[in-house]
This record gives sequence, structure tokens and C-alpha cells, in this order.
Amino acid sequence: MSKRYYTLSVFTENKIGLLNRITAMFTRQHINIESIAASESEIDGIHRYTIVVFEDKNAVQKLVKQIEKQVEVLKAFHHEEEETVFQEIALYKLPSKTMNKAGFMEELIRNHNVRLLSVEEAFMVLEKTGQRHETQALLNYLQPYGLLEFVRSGRVAVTKPMATLESYL
Amino acid sequence: MSVSTEEKNKCSGAEALMRCLLAEGTELIFGYPGGAIMPIYDALYDYPELEHVLSRHEQGAIHAAQGYARSSGRTGVVFATSGPGATNLITGIADAMIDSTALVCITGQVSSKLLGTDAFQEIDIISISMPVTKWNYQVTDVTELPEILAKAFYIASSGRPGPVLIDITKDAQFALADFEYKKCNSLRSYRPVPNVSQEAIDRAAEIINNAKKPFLIFGQGILLAKAEAELRNLLEKTGIPSAWTILGLSALDSDHPLNMGMLGMHGNYAPNIMTNECDVLIAVGMRFDDRVTGDLKRYAKQAKVIHLDIDPAEIDKNVKTEVAVLGDAKETLQRLSAKLDANVHFDWISQFHELEKIEESKVKNKDLYPTEGPITMAEVIRMVNEKTGGDAIVVTDVGQHQMVTCRYAKFKQTKSKITSGGLGTMGFCLPAAIGAKLGAPERTVIAVIGDGGFQMTIQELGTLFQTKAAVKILILNNEFLGMVRQWQELFFDRRYAYTEMQNPDFVRIASGYGIEGSTVKEREKLSDALDGMLNYPGSYLLEVMVGKEDNVFPMVPTGASVSEIKLGPE
Ligand SMILES: Cc1ncc(C[n+]2csc(CCOP(=O)(O)OP(=O)(O)O)c2C)c(N)n1
Repeated sequence: MSKRYYTLSVFTENKIGLLNRITAMFTRQHINIESIAASESEIDGIHRYTIVVFEDKNAVQKLVKQIEKQVEVLKAFHHEEEETVFQEIALYKLPSKTMNKAGFMEELIRNHNVRLLSVEEAFMVLEKTGQRHETQALLNYLQPYGLLEFVRSGRVAVTKPMATLESYL
Repeated sequence: MSVSTEEKNKCSGAEALMRCLLAEGTELIFGYPGGAIMPIYDALYDYPELEHVLSRHEQGAIHAAQGYARSSGRTGVVFATSGPGATNLITGIADAMIDSTALVCITGQVSSKLLGTDAFQEIDIISISMPVTKWNYQVTDVTELPEILAKAFYIASSGRPGPVLIDITKDAQFALADFEYKKCNSLRSYRPVPNVSQEAIDRAAEIINNAKKPFLIFGQGILLAKAEAELRNLLEKTGIPSAWTILGLSALDSDHPLNMGMLGMHGNYAPNIMTNECDVLIAVGMRFDDRVTGDLKRYAKQAKVIHLDIDPAEIDKNVKTEVAVLGDAKETLQRLSAKLDANVHFDWISQFHELEKIEESKVKNKDLYPTEGPITMAEVIRMVNEKTGGDAIVVTDVGQHQMVTCRYAKFKQTKSKITSGGLGTMGFCLPAAIGAKLGAPERTVIAVIGDGGFQMTIQELGTLFQTKAAVKILILNNEFLGMVRQWQELFFDRRYAYTEMQNPDFVRIASGYGIEGSTVKEREKLSDALDGMLNYPGSYLLEVMVGKEDNVFPMVPTGASVSEIKLGPE
């Protein structure tokens, strides 16, 4: 079977160690986690993990059942790319003097839709929110300019299907 | 010093634990003390209504609790101290997890202020036990204790049962709090029993009603759901032949005409072959373990598979199903049966009997009724059947004797066969048999053990001695790690790398523990020796010297298909 990107949304009680329990399922099935993000959800006291994997459908279905079997997991879903709306955020730290390079800032603002978060004497921090290929394009662009630091968040995603979590509880 | 009434109503975490156990109906605890659990043991001293069995190793305590849980249908309770006490439980926890046994394990932990400091006997048992527990939790705050214990018992015993571990820091054992206990019977994140879909039942019924060659296979789910009667009713109404996994053994009378025997690697010839001949395969409360299925690519491909299980994660895990019926087997079997047509399948069943005859002539007769050569394991089990009438609980260890016992032991009552199926844990038998006897004191308990596995938990003779539980220990001694030797013979050119055993005098060891015993080598004396063991009032160890290089057949070699089951070497 062919591999694709799947976004898992896992809704859980907010308990110490639960993330270990969930990630252990990936280890057992030998599935690599591409990215992971944790936050609260729309319901008070319920946490939400957004986990991206690159796998075949069968393996993902089994994985999701194993996750959902955990006592403190309320519900786990898996969605294909086109069923979700998703974003990542990336931060880029550069020497401040890069700003003065001819055309540099113009390219950033016109073509990469970047936000300038902070400018200090020695460095500045840029922020870009978007999908992987967009933050990656910016990374490629900035590499030659003496990039000092780079970090990208895990994907956060909401699903297009309209069923609410509440309806499962 | 005067104590205010408010203070008087408070109790320590350790005492709160005792009250929780009583509220859950616990009568028996298996355990082993140590520093970090001493407040709990101290509290236990004041509760004579909670009986405690002191094992000789924590692994012994937990296997005993498993045996107790499986013979009694209740939740086993285990105490162990922090660090090595807790890590010694892990094998048993893993065994209980894979064989779905309800356990609540209580481990002591260092004081909360020492957590994470590499304190003496501090171990992160929560992380270590995470993959092998159904649920676990560390209590550092005494006020949480009653609620957590209520959850522990609920989670361990509901739905598909499993082991739960609660780690309690020493300061939480000492700390005082008000005590109030409310039993737990629901958690918003946990659905132990899925709702039964009438549509699934109807679809399954339609397929079964149209089947020409239906075959039903069942596992421990029947025992766990107490669905023995529902299974029998369904079979008798529909005339469908059935077979069992080793954990499903004893759910259906061995002599029932629709009982076709054992599935899997060392199972019977007919059920294995017929798995690949049937047109509808109905699997109930079993999980298509690889020892049952052999090569999945060639497993029941011709059949429509209907899977009844309580655990949604088992559906389509190994075998793709046509219809999945989720729910508790007691309910699903009953509702399915109601939709099934009464039927008989004479021709189809006679095909099983044909194959059974082949197995009899090629394997069973010489296993069960040998006239020369050393004693066979099978003839020992045959005589046990004759002498107990199939009424005993038979516990086994792991290896050849386990497979032979599963193949040949006969049962009339449910919950009569206790063995480590999923994990195959050598050393399981002796402690599990002690627990089984304590869980079903009115029944005869026979522990069938290999000479290898016996020595893995031989120290539990001490537990047997002290509890005075009457366990009949039947060692089938081939002076080899027999099952491994069999594989070496068949698949590794008879290169017997470290499988021959130089054994001690088992009877003398038993006698050191005040346990009577004897050894038998000759066929003529076997029957009397077994009578001696069974009729002795109290525990008894009988060592039977069996053929050193006997093999267990039939066999589905690893990687082969169930229809390639072999009746002998060659
Ligand atoms: C704890 C553990 N270690 C190793 C094994 C591998 N193993 C499976 S069967 C077996 C041989 C058992 O020998 P014995 O107890 O003498 O029983 P027999 O097969 O001879 O009946 C071994 C070593 C195991 N199942 N469990």
C-alpha cells in the first residue's frame, strides 16, 4: 500500500504521562512521528494532540484503534491532507545587518509574507505561518544569508468534516 | 493529648487502601514487603479479614494472583515494594496484559520529595509498566487515593480485563485524609463494552444462515464474558462445529459432539485443515494470534470471516473481517443465536471426523496408548483424565508438556485450564497453581510442569508450604528444555545447544519444604503413582520420567499455513 501524510487528532484527558502512552503506540508499530503538537481543545479539560505521520492507510487505521483503546483517550481520528485545514509556524533568526542587503526585505515581504517579530542590535527574528512547503521555501531562501537559528512547530489542524467532539462523548 | 473529632475521622493513606480493598470485596492479597510499602503492610496487620499470601519472589506473587483471578473470575490483588520489588512484577504484568487478566497491583514508592533523585530503591515504575498495563497511576496525594483505587478496580475488571498498577509514595501512605469511597462505574474517556449493532448481528446471521460449511472458533472471550451457555446454545441450535484456542479451553465440554478440538501450532489436525476449507469462519472472543493462524496470507482466505469481540482494536488487526460484531460475547452470542436458523451439518462434520481418524492413527494412539519405550507425556495426561473425570483445574507451564496437556486434557467444567498463552512465561505454573487453588479451594488443582520451568519459580514451594494450599505438582521430566530441543531437532540439525538439563532431586527438594513426593519411571507403576498423588491429603509432588527426545505433533511449522500441518517429522 502507498504511503501518504495523515493527520491524527487525539483527544484525551489532561493527565501526566499520557503522551508517553500514546507515543509508545507509534514505537510499537514502528511508525515515525513527523510532527506533534499539544494544546487544549474546545472542551474544558480535554487535551488535543495533532500528530502527523507518513504511512499507509492500513497501518494508520490500526494505530488509531490502539491509541483509542487507551483508557484516558476520548477519541482519535485520522484524516488525509485534503480533509484538514492546517498550518505550521516557523521562526528564523538572522543577523540584523542582513536587513540592509539590497532587495532582501522587499523579497521577504512581497513573496514570503513574513512578519518581523523582533529587531535587536545584533539579530532580528522573522515569523512565517503557512504550510510546510512555504516555510521550507523561506528557509531555503534565508540559508545563504547567515541564518542563526531556525525552528518550526508541529502542524496544527482542524478537520473539514463537521462532526463535533461533543457528539462522541 | 486530646484529639478533635475531625482528626479522628481521618485515616492514613495506608489504612484508606485497606478500606478500599474491603469495599471492592477483596479477600486475598498476594505480595512481598519492603521499605517503601511498609506503612501499607503495617495497616494490613490490623485487617485480619484481608488475608495475605507471602510469596518467595514478586514474580511468584503476581503469577499466583493471575491464577487466582482466572480460577475465581475475580480481580487479583498484588502488593510489592518499590525498585526491585516493582520490577520483579513486570513479567507477570505483561503476562496478564496479553492474556487479559484483571489485576490491581499496588507498589510502594519512595517519598514524593525524593522522586526523580535516584533515591534508594526508586524506580520509575510508571514509565516501565506503561506498555504492559491497561492503566497505571502514581498517587502522591493521599486525598486522591480512594478515587484512584475505585478507578483501578473498575478499569481492571471491565470490558477486556487487564492489569492496572497503582504506585503509592510512602508519604501518601502515611498522610491523613478523610475517607469516603464511591465505586466507579463509568469514565467519560473509556467505553469498556461497545454498543451492539443490530445491523451487524443481522448481517452476520444472514451469512451464517446461508453457509454450507460454517466453522466457529473461540477463545478466552467466552470465559471472560461468562458466555459458556450462550456458546453451547448457539452451537447446538445451528449444528456448527467448533474449535478453541488454548485460552478458550474448558469453555466447552471436551466431549461435546460439536467440539472439534484445538487450533494452532500444536492443535488438532481437523480444525487446522478445516480453517482453510470452511466457507464461513465465526471467531468469538479470540484475537487471531500468530500461533493460531500460521501464515496469514494463507489463512482462511476462502472464508467469509465474522468476528465477535469486545475490543474494537482486534477487528481487522490480523484477519480482515466481512462482519464485525462488537460487544460482550454473552450478549452478542445470544442475540446472534436468536437470528440463526436451526440446522445440522452432518456431511460437513463427518469431514472433521475423517481427519480426526487420521490424527488418531498417526499421532494420538501411539501418544496415548504406548506399549513400549519410555512413558509419554500424553499417557500421563490420559490417566489424569481417567482419574479426575475431567473435574480438576489443570495449570501448566510452558513448553512441550503445555501443548500435550492442552491437546489431551479433558474438561467438564469451565475455568479449568490455566496457562500462560500469549506471553508463554516459563515459571508461571507453580505460583499460578497456588493462586488457582486459593481461588477455587473446593477443586482439585494439578500443576503440570516441565523440569525446566519448575526451576524458574521453584522457590514458590515455600509459598505452598506456608499456605498449605493443596496443589498436585506433576513434573513431566524429560531432562531437556524440551520444546526448544524439539525445534533444534527439527530445524537446527539436532544441534542441542544448551538445552540438556542436569536436574536436582526434586523429591528431596520438596521434602525440604515438607511436601510429600515420589518419582516414577516405569509404565506399570504410573497409575498407582498418580493415585498416590491425587489421593494424598494435601500437596504432593510427582515426578514422572518421560521420553527424553519425544516430540509434540501435529505441528504447523512457523511460517507455514494451517493446512500444511504435519503429523510427524520427515
Ligand atoms: C521465561 C522463558 N524463558 C525462555 C522461554 C523459551 N522456552 C519455551 S519452551 C522452553 C523449554 C521448556 O522446557 P521445560 O520446562 O523442561 O518443558 P518441556 O518443553 O520439556 O515440556 C523454553 C526454554 C520461555 N518460554 N520463557
